[in-house]
Amino acid sequence: MNLERQQANVHRGGRGAFKTLTSVMLNSRLFWTGLALLIILLVNLQISPNFFEIRMVNDRLIGSIINILDNSAPYILLAIGMTLVIATKGIDLSVGAVMAICAAVAVTLIKQYEAGSTEFYVQPGFVILITIGVGAICGLWNGILIAFLNLQPIIATLILMVAGRGVAQLITNGQSPTFTNDTLAFVGRGVVWGVPFPIYIAFIALILITLLVRRTALGLLIESVGVNDRASYYAGIQANTIKVFVYVLSGVCAAIAGMIVAGEVKSADPHKAGLFSELDAILAVVIGGTSLLGGRFYLTLSVMGVLIIQSMLVGLYVSTLHPTTNLVVKAVVVLAVLLLQSPEFRRFITQPFRRLR
Amino acid sequence: MTTNLQQMPPLLEVRGLTKMFPATIALSEVDFSLRAGDVHVLVGENGAGKSTLIKLITGVHRKDGGTILLEGKEIDPRSPRHAQELGISTVYQEVNLIPTLSVAENIFLGRQPMRWGMINMRAVERQAKQLLQDFNVDIDVTRNLSSYSVAIQQIVAIVRGVSLSVKVLILDEPTSSLDHQEVEMLFSVIRSLQERGIGIILITHFLDQVYAIANRVTVLRNGKKINEHLISELPRVQLITEMLGKELTQDTHSRDDTSTSKNTNRVPFLKVNGFARKGTIEPFDLEIRQGEIVGLAGLLGSGRTEVAHLIFGIKQNDSGEAYVHGKPTTIKSPRQAIRHGFGLCPEDRKVEGIIGDLSVRENIILALQAKMGWFNYLSRQKQNELANDMIKALSIATPNAEKPVKELSGGNQQKVILARWLISNPDFLILDEPTRGIDVGAHAEIIQIIKRLADEGKAMLIISSELAEIVAYSDRVMILRDRKKVRELEGDDVNENTIMHAIAAD
Repeated sequence: MNLERQQANVHRGGRGAFKTLTSVMLNSRLFWTGLALLIILLVNLQISPNFFEIRMVNDRLIGSIINILDNSAPYILLAIGMTLVIATKGIDLSVGAVMAICAAVAVTLIKQYEAGSTEFYVQPGFVILITIGVGAICGLWNGILIAFLNLQPIIATLILMVAGRGVAQLITNGQSPTFTNDTLAFVGRGVVWGVPFPIYIAFIALILITLLVRRTALGLLIESVGVNDRASYYAGIQANTIKVFVYVLSGVCAAIAGMIVAGEVKSADPHKAGLFSELDAILAVVIGGTSLLGGRFYLTLSVMGVLIIQSMLVGLYVSTLHPTTNLVVKAVVVLAVLLLQSPEFRRFITQPFRRLR
Repeated sequence: MTTNLQQMPPLLEVRGLTKMFPATIALSEVDFSLRAGDVHVLVGENGAGKSTLIKLITGVHRKDGGTILLEGKEIDPRSPRHAQELGISTVYQEVNLIPTLSVAENIFLGRQPMRWGMINMRAVERQAKQLLQDFNVDIDVTRNLSSYSVAIQQIVAIVRGVSLSVKVLILDEPTSSLDHQEVEMLFSVIRSLQERGIGIILITHFLDQVYAIANRVTVLRNGKKINEHLISELPRVQLITEMLGKELTQDTHSRDDTSTSKNTNRVPFLKVNGFARKGTIEPFDLEIRQGEIVGLAGLLGSGRTEVAHLIFGIKQNDSGEAYVHGKPTTIKSPRQAIRHGFGLCPEDRKVEGIIGDLSVRENIILALQAKMGWFNYLSRQKQNELANDMIKALSIATPNAEKPVKELSGGNQQKVILARWLISNPDFLILDEPTRGIDVGAHAEIIQIIKRLADEGKAMLIISSELAEIVAYSDRVMILRDRKKVRELEGDDVNENTIMHAIAAD
């Protein structure tokens, strides 16, 4: 009897029904996040009527949308790394500090090159590779503390968050060195076919990492470790290796973000580079619907989260609101976005209307 | 008996209770009555409507039809708290108290005796101790709740419930994670509640316990009431028949000995010599051949799970050696064990087995995928194939392969974990309490699957508290007592009586 009933269940559920069901669910997640972004863009349009205008000036596209994408680039990188870390039920508070360390490393080396050093490791190409390597080492440090010494992620990465800016200051001798090298500057302010180079970096990273986690088993294994690392270990998954991997990746993302920021201003400021950017990255991931409890993750939606935050900031800058209100407005908008995405809240709001019908 | 019924009006009466969920009728016109001092057991397979009935009585859900009468007066519980105020308390399988507070604080949480605006801790502790002693439970009430066993925690939950001037106490599968002695302790508490005239509704999957404690039994099936019996007038076979809705094939015969005897000359699949770990388990030897089932019996805490963990590499042995196919082998992690063709279905399904948020499909392919590596990703089509084949082969009750596994019943979760190993085609399976907390129907199916796997030539090590079950499928039985292997039984010695004697130390 049992068997019959169960088979009947399988039939009733059918594969077609399932597909429409999940696609509706996925769409709605994408839908609500997209709607939030659209509303913010439309509000921006209200504030400044030429918001969507894009002009070509000296072979370079100029406009608010381009600015938003350009400003978003380092945060998109951070949010991608952060999404995978959060998916394993971790968190990486150190990304801002790692940006500062990497900016300091890159600028210090490039200054030696500018001073005439001929060592191979100060050649601009090598500087970029070394900086990425430093980011990876920072991630490796976090990963080892968390996976093998069983420190809580928030504590383990807090250590580097606090120490990192000190390390960056040691590297630059407490200065904020400036440089002129075009190769390193290109990372942050180059233009290709009229579009700022950081935008390419961010979206290529999104595509590559999405392919890496979704076309291989890595995404599944990351989600599995995030939901239940013990059961994953019992099933033969190298849970520790996966944890180390996501922190290394997050470190690498932070290193590139650090170079973008350094390239933009042709300088490395150990105090200010990437300051509080870890919080914006976490916020973007949360807006994108990845739970801080680990498990299912959504890279594209995290990126949309970044765009939401940056669009809002640009909107605030062009508005006539006094800058002192910025942070409060930002908080209110973030709250509104999160409420918009919450099914409970939507039900709560629509209930009175349903009764009317 | 009828006169008796008329003399004593029921304490709690339910008439024509109905509950509809979208697309399903969870409970249909159910009558139920509980009298003071009775232990009334609700039995039925998963989905029979036991939980729904309880949830309507305790106000977790609102009823769609019917009436609930408490001491003859109609009530309409709006929430568990409201039900509690009316005198209906519930103790769940997973104790919902606060583990980091003391026993005494838990009992009086939210209604502590006060003195001068402060909680009077002395009074709290004195009264808590007294309440527990009423049930012959003498423990240190100042220690954290979490430092006690689940059984004690449940008794604390009961005492808390009872001290809220309770009339009806509902126990929802209180025994599913308790061992034999703990069940006894719980039952003696229940009996003394009975003497105080409290009506008790008990849900349990264990038929032995039904017969040990119940006065009355109500059988539910598919949301309908099938029958109500006095336990003294109800033969076991009839009870099972009513629960399952069909004659149970009483397939409790031992497996053929032929498979064992023809294998005795071959090299065993797994052999361990003097395996031990300090403070965990004393040295033991074990041999398992292909197609052979070795049962592992012993009380909870006798080292059963620890044996499984040592063999599967979750914990490392500090002495002894292991041989797979006669070759010396070290197993330092589950991953290595899996490479040698091992698989483990752990005792605690929720914590160690399932990946709750992931789908049935993902849970099934997980071990195989982990074995194949990061970059050798199974195509979605292949995954669907594997998952759907397994859903069919093990008759896993799920509408489709994409349902999050945490939404399945315990029995089906167990089958998903079995499926996880089966698709990677292991040579050796370790099953730790494979049938715990599973309803009768799924229970029988899992035992069938176990026998089938052994017939297919898999070596198996199975841990179980149910001796009848061990006897039914084991070729040999290893018995543990106090973290030590005390006996190994074979052939005709494999019977409940001998095992019981070996466990009981004589």
